[in-house]
Amino acid sequence: MQPIKPDTRQAVTDSAVSVRNVSKVYGDVQALKDLSLEFPRGELTSLLGPSGCGKTTLLKIIAGLLPATSGEIEVNGVKVTGPGPDRSFVFQDFALLPWASVIRNVAFGLELRGVAKSEREAIAEKYIREVGLAGFEKKFPHQLSGGMRQRVGLARALSVNAQVLLLDEPFSAVDEQTRRKFQEDLLELVKNEKKTFIFVTHSIEEAVYVSDQIAILLPRPSRVSEIIRPSSFRDKSVDNIRRDPEYLDIVDRIWASLRSYVE
Amino acid sequence: MTLYGFKLPALSSLLIWALLWEVVGRLELTFFIPPFSEVLATLIGLIPTPAFLNALWVTSYAFLAGVFFAIVIGIPTGILMGKNRIVDELLLPWVNIFLSAPLTALVPVLMVLFGFGTKTVIITTTLFAIWIIILNARAGVRQINRSLVEMARSFGASPMDAFVKVYFWAALPEILGGVRIGVIRAVKGVIIGQLLISIVGFGALFELYSSKFLMAEFWAVLIVLFGLAFALSEFLAYLERKVSYYAASR
Repeated sequence: MQPIKPDTRQAVTDSAVSVRNVSKVYGDVQALKDLSLEFPRGELTSLLGPSGCGKTTLLKIIAGLLPATSGEIEVNGVKVTGPGPDRSFVFQDFALLPWASVIRNVAFGLELRGVAKSEREAIAEKYIREVGLAGFEKKFPHQLSGGMRQRVGLARALSVNAQVLLLDEPFSAVDEQTRRKFQEDLLELVKNEKKTFIFVTHSIEEAVYVSDQIAILLPRPSRVSEIIRPSSFRDKSVDNIRRDPEYLDIVDRIWASLRSYVE
Repeated sequence: MTLYGFKLPALSSLLIWALLWEVVGRLELTFFIPPFSEVLATLIGLIPTPAFLNALWVTSYAFLAGVFFAIVIGIPTGILMGKNRIVDELLLPWVNIFLSAPLTALVPVLMVLFGFGTKTVIITTTLFAIWIIILNARAGVRQINRSLVEMARSFGASPMDAFVKVYFWAALPEILGGVRIGVIRAVKGVIIGQLLISIVGFGALFELYSSKFLMAEFWAVLIVLFGLAFALSEFLAYLERKVSYYAASR
């Protein structure tokens, strides 16, 4: 296997999210230790690592859902003290309101912000179309498949127009084929939406497939072990990525470094 | 259920019990049990009388007021206990004690505190119903999916919004279950209240009929009461079924 050249394009324009020396302690468990990481604006960064490496913890700290024990997070230069309108979250288990229709679910973020009903439903309809759920506005979550439910979750996160989207293993609860479609759609979304995506996953292939930048997190205590920036296949069409030599090399190399951490 | 290929309507087993009642009544084993047909005839005669209608009104008023307070105080208290550790620690022992306590023994104390009127009957009714409503609302809130709570927070829900738009609805199946059991207990509460405190309403009728050995009238009023309690409980069970579509998928 040919080693991958260290990436020389480190001089990224600017960061949408900066994580500086963040530590998180639960009781006597050190979940994150002195972790620093930059998330370039307009790109998708994956947090990848074995289970228990604290990637979801880091994501929730960035979201403001968990307080960091020490260190700080900045989003667009503003220090994070809690959840804010500059970030929106896509949940692993979708977190939809089961008693509300698709359109109310998608508009729920806006509803909480006090946007008038007609206005928020117009915005919601736009994003329902964008994620490919047109015609399902009046359905309820239990009438949808897992993949469609996550599309609702995605539309909800998009409709509040946050600059940073935080996705916590969003495709892990959907079947393989739906997941592939999602990954392709996600690439489109990153290209079109001009937003910063932070994507937690435990799938190496998925991370390499969708990411502009992959941060590998290793456990006990959690730290960033390396940052990989695929260079050659990002602009290729979705059908060609999985056969690109660089794609395959990166997948192999990540597996080689994670292998020893898998029980 | 089907019998020899015929589909029996719901509750048709009651017919067998009614028949048995009729037979026992006709055998004149005890004055205590007049024939069922006689009870029914008495019931029909009794319903239009002012005494009955007045009792129905007085009892319904105390019952509905008692249930109203139990629900309006009980549900928010339960939700609050489910969401807040300190409130939970403070109140849970009391809720558990009152849930299993023989509340009837408390009624004399209530009489001293609140007098001998309808007010005390209403409070007794509330006390019978409220504890299970609190406990169920608390249980409902505690099982809310954590990510639903995080979702509300991450989209910036105010505590009030989270309460009204997320927690209440997410706990609604359990809350309705609690209200249904609470309402059944409230029927007990209102009658016990009326028997012990102020001799009014159905309580007064029971007192009157049993002391004068008017057993047909006694049973007739009891049937009305059972019927009302059953109808109420079925109505709430119907509401519970209306939300059960999401109870399993929260």
